[in-house]
Amino acid sequence: MEIKRLSAQSWRFDPGVPVVGAAAVCGPKEGEGPLGKDMDHIFSDLRLGQKSFEKAEQLMQMQAARIALERAHLPMENLDFFCGGDLLNQLTPTCFTARTLGASFLGLFSACATSTAALSLAALAVASGAVANAMALSSSHTCTAERQFRYPNEYGSQKPPYSQQTATAAGALVLSRSGQALAKLSGVTLGKVIDIQITDPFKLGPAMAPAFADTVSAHLRDWQRQPEDYDLILSGDLGRHGSAIALELLKRKGIHLPEKQYADCGLLLYGEDDSVFAGGSGCGCAASVGFGHILRRIAQGELKRVLLVATGALLSPLANQQQETIPGIAHGVILEGIGNAAQEKPLDNPSENSSRIPFEGGNEDA
Amino acid sequence: MGKKPQPEPWFQQLMDQKVPSKKTGRNCLIAFVSGALFCAAAQLFEILLQTYTELDTDTRRSVVLICVIGLVALLTGLGWYDKLGQKLGAGLAVPISGFANSVAASMLEHKSEGMVLGSGCNSFKLAGAVVVFGIAAAFFVALIALLLGAV
Repeated sequence: MEIKRLSAQSWRFDPGVPVVGAAAVCGPKEGEGPLGKDMDHIFSDLRLGQKSFEKAEQLMQMQAARIALERAHLPMENLDFFCGGDLLNQLTPTCFTARTLGASFLGLFSACATSTAALSLAALAVASGAVANAMALSSSHTCTAERQFRYPNEYGSQKPPYSQQTATAAGALVLSRSGQALAKLSGVTLGKVIDIQITDPFKLGPAMAPAFADTVSAHLRDWQRQPEDYDLILSGDLGRHGSAIALELLKRKGIHLPEKQYADCGLLLYGEDDSVFAGGSGCGCAASVGFGHILRRIAQGELKRVLLVATGALLSPLANQQQETIPGIAHGVILEGIGNAAQEKPLDNPSENSSRIPFEGGNEDA
Repeated sequence: MGKKPQPEPWFQQLMDQKVPSKKTGRNCLIAFVSGALFCAAAQLFEILLQTYTELDTDTRRSVVLICVIGLVALLTGLGWYDKLGQKLGAGLAVPISGFANSVAASMLEHKSEGMVLGSGCNSFKLAGAVVVFGIAAAFFVALIALLLGAV
């Protein structure tokens, strides 16, 4: 496989890194949303029967990893490389997942852009031949994120209309040089940190919008493409208002992204649910929508080429209290169908799948 | 502390166009009405205690406060208070209910880290500031009163 360097932030893979396994799992609220049918496992309880939400997030990751490996027909002990992350300090859930998986591991933090950051690294590792296969995974849990970044979950503060809900979800993707491909990853564009000097920790969509616009414009410049060359350009979790700002910023850069070709994972995940205010957010948002719903549509041939740009607000509660700003970052990956419609095969039915891969939370060691 | 960073004017303008502002007027009105009703209910409870019990004024007030705190802690534990807080805002946050909720929510949140280092140490994580600045303010008000010879 050839890696073609298009710029210092963009690489094209010829003929594309095969995606051989994918999984998306989520919590109860996300399961009731419009994408519930495309989730491989929906947990009915936010605690997953565990004593802490942190432990629950770890088990949610493990379930996503297990389903993705199962779908890739790759035994856990044969996984070469695992990279991923979450929103918690010390990337605790991911480190524990890595302990169970036993593959060589790099933990990443790009806030909510971690899903595509991990996927980019995994793709570069597989495409370069450094490893034969790799898994990228990321997750978020509303209760673990809320307490770390804002207030205790039961604290009765009044949230503004532009706040967003951290998704309880996880997504995993397995890339491998061998095996039957569901889709292919044909290139990545890594983003730069863009700081528009926002300090309000509830205005994360607007804080990330400039990073999204920067990565998308760099991507189109490096590939010499137009938005029309994609069936869909997806942002991770800009939310309702962040999306509007992002489209306007792109327009000012001379890039007209038609609304039908653009979607935001945070808005897709919850639909018109007002209780999440401006939409969903979190590492698990882009991961579960991108690696679940979107990949499924690519595998089924409904979408040919998608640019998934997960967006992250690099918010530190400590730095924020010290009057620091909230910089944004966005990383893009191109997911494509494998070309020949005859080869495109629907993913297993999730209900069949979840009965085949039972949730093994109860058997996990502490 | 230095000057707070601000987005450049062109971006601020874009945000003003695309991001809805907090409905401050509406929120204030809801808080005013709901806070008043909440306090009136507590006052009504005190009047009922006065009518039907032999308790003196100080004891009656303590009983009312304890009942409000207990009720808020229960609502917090059941996961209802945060939903009410979202709707009523300062109407619930300003009376003693806000204080009780901040303690109960912090204790619940840190239950997984143990009774002492978790719930115990974190119980005044949010309410601590109210206690500290409340006592400091009381000290200075008392000092001024003393100097003016009012005490």
